[in-house]
Amino acid sequence: MSSTESTTDEVPPKAGLAKELVKRLRAGDGGLLPILIGLVALVVVFQLKDNVFLSAGNLTNLFIQATIFILLAMAEMWVLLLGEIDLSVGYSAGLGGAVAVVLLDPQFHWPWFLAMALALVVTTLIGALWGFITIRLGLPSFIVTLAGLLGLEGALIYFLDHQGTGGSVSVQNREFYNLVNANLSPLFTWIFVIASVAVFSFFIFRKDQLRRSSGLDAVSLGVTVLKIVILALASVVVTLIFNTNRGTFTTLRGMPYAILVDFAMLAAGSFVLTRTRPGRYIYAIGGNSEAARRAGINVNRFRLLAFTLTGFTAGVAGLLYASRLGGVSSGIDGGNLVLLAVASAVIGGTSLFGGRGRMVYAVIGGLVIATIYNGMALLNLPAAEQYGATALVLLVAVALDSIARRGSAVGR
Amino acid sequence: MTSAPETRGSSTPTAVDGPVSSGASSTSALLSLRAVTKSFGPVQALQHVDLDIPAGQVTALIGDNGAGKSTLIKTIAGIYAPTSGDMYWKGEKVSVHSPRDAEALGIATVYQDLALCDNLDIVENMFLGHETTKRGLLDEIQMELKTKQVLGELSVTTIKSTRQLVGSLSGGQRQSIAVARAVMHESQLVIMDEPTAALGVSQTAQVLELIKRLASRNIAVLVISHNLNDVFAVADRVAVMHLGTLVSSGPVADYNTASAVELITTGERATLSHANPA
Ligand SMILES: Nc1ncnc2c1ncn2[C@@H]1O[C@H](COP(=O)(O)OP(=O)(O)OP(=O)(O)O)[C@@H](O)[C@H]1O
Ligand SMILES: Nc1ncnc2c1ncn2[C@@H]1O[C@H](COP(=O)(O)OP(=O)(O)OP(=O)(O)O)[C@@H](O)[C@H]1O
Ligand SMILES: [Mg+2]
Ligand SMILES: [Mg+2]
Repeated sequence: MSSTESTTDEVPPKAGLAKELVKRLRAGDGGLLPILIGLVALVVVFQLKDNVFLSAGNLTNLFIQATIFILLAMAEMWVLLLGEIDLSVGYSAGLGGAVAVVLLDPQFHWPWFLAMALALVVTTLIGALWGFITIRLGLPSFIVTLAGLLGLEGALIYFLDHQGTGGSVSVQNREFYNLVNANLSPLFTWIFVIASVAVFSFFIFRKDQLRRSSGLDAVSLGVTVLKIVILALASVVVTLIFNTNRGTFTTLRGMPYAILVDFAMLAAGSFVLTRTRPGRYIYAIGGNSEAARRAGINVNRFRLLAFTLTGFTAGVAGLLYASRLGGVSSGIDGGNLVLLAVASAVIGGTSLFGGRGRMVYAVIGGLVIATIYNGMALLNLPAAEQYGATALVLLVAVALDSIARRGSAVGR
Repeated sequence: MTSAPETRGSSTPTAVDGPVSSGASSTSALLSLRAVTKSFGPVQALQHVDLDIPAGQVTALIGDNGAGKSTLIKTIAGIYAPTSGDMYWKGEKVSVHSPRDAEALGIATVYQDLALCDNLDIVENMFLGHETTKRGLLDEIQMELKTKQVLGELSVTTIKSTRQLVGSLSGGQRQSIAVARAVMHESQLVIMDEPTAALGVSQTAQVLELIKRLASRNIAVLVISHNLNDVFAVADRVAVMHLGTLVSSGPVADYNTASAVELITTGERATLSHANPA
């Protein structure tokens, strides 16, 4: 992220925003703009076909649907940045969810937070294991985690078959069920959003201000304020959507807890990647691992860290997925999930060769995929066409990105 | 040190094994290599190399393509583990297993291939592995200011922004960054593998000037170059490699262009060319 973000700061103080934007688009450095335009286009099409699409209820539902893609793409991001891949995150998530659900069952009756913690420990260790094997044996992570995918599918089937409940378990715990199926009150939704915007604005402002006062190239005060205004406006719109009553028989308002988790993971992941040494080293290793090694970086330690974070994030995804589905079945398609996760990351602008990507790419990509699925389901289009549309969007996104980058400063 | 350089035929390496104390000049050397050998499978890239690098002096390492110069400095820098042989740092035997170890001793290196991350910007590359932090978090402002200052001192003026990705720089600009990075942190030995190969006239002059400045601050400099004019302009000592063997080393006064060329190409000095007026 740092690289993309920092280009924002090198704009001469007096450049007008519009001029700057045109210039950067032309240089293939529009950042997220092309894919955001694509997302808006999808939304417009679906809304024209069926005006339920933009209803508060459907949009909230869309965000919930996107959560599994977003979180799995975030999980994948850690290894993709290294130029590695983890094909097992779908089943790792499934296994994590299953562990939590089983421990919450009346026969074990663990407290919900302990059950969730143990599930996360399991998936984190799984990620670490793939990292360890990949690094120690010098094998391609593609193969190691392909074996992981198959092995974990087997493990999940075995685990669920031994619960004596016919290969699936269902959520018996209110708190766990509420993860996805309950909401912040509208008041707390406002409080959360306003507090987040305030904190982010503070950081944006302080960063730009520090650069200006240090005599470094920086955007003008006006541009800083504009950034903050856009952020605030977008947040108000999202809050209004969540706080509109979407219930049919009862009142149903407020932001689902799952969205809070998305935000928390986005903030934490971006923070690590852009503000800390491990994040910087993950980019460096993905860009040129030999250069990183010669710079004195313990390359294997940070590769292991990335695999471990992938496992942890997959666990978070699995918990929310199990909560949303009300349980876990051994029929869960972890293979398809991981492919959609990789697709989400790539649609957002992540490079499969390592060194380029940001956490927010996972969010945008996940939203794009969820939009396609949601919109096509609304239109009652069959699965065949959903897959076709996803394929098309993936190809177009990657092609656009590649064309844009041909003229870009990244040179990749 | 005033004696004529020891010159050996590449085929008959005289073994100078044993600790530092046995060598006359080694007591004052910052770094001494004794019988360092490195083979890549059947390829003998280094054969029984003995070399002393004194502090406060510029040692120029010259030799033909494939002579083993880069292999030698990578061995010193901890990139390659030597197949056999010893390394002495300030008279004490050390073993360098990784770039980290070399760095801990105070060795900074500019590699021939530069070893930069194209996907990171200039500031990020300059501080890679040595990030400035404030309360545990990256201090971008401080790092950028320092980068600007260091590049300014080296008169690197053709770079538009220090936040440009290194992948978008020209060959010479990349090399300037690599040199600047190596001299930014306080080191006791600075190794440069062809630091001026891609540089323009004025940048080359800047880097040669920088090399002299480093030596005057009592830093040892080991520089590889194919440009003999540059070598004679900055070097205090010369070491010549031929087919993996260090065939000759000594004060620069003992060499002239003709004898250096002869040593580089044949590995021997048959003529009496070293009888040059000092
Ligand atoms: N990693 C390696 N594996 C196998 N052989 C190698 C390796 N690195 C170097 N060599 C061989 O060792 C010999 C010395 O190479 P080296 O790079 O040290 O030469 P050099 O003196 O730096 O030459 P140049 O002036 O062209 O840079 C060459 O024959 C080269 O092919
Ligand atoms: N892929 C790229 N993206 C953006 N800018 C680039 C890219 N490649 C080169 N530039 C810029 O274009 C300018 C010219 O670069 P070029 O590599 O052609 O220089 P050059 O004349 O070959 O210099 P040198 O002697 O240092 O090799 C430089 O300022 C460089 O930063
Ligand atoms: Mg070389
Ligand atoms: Mg060039």
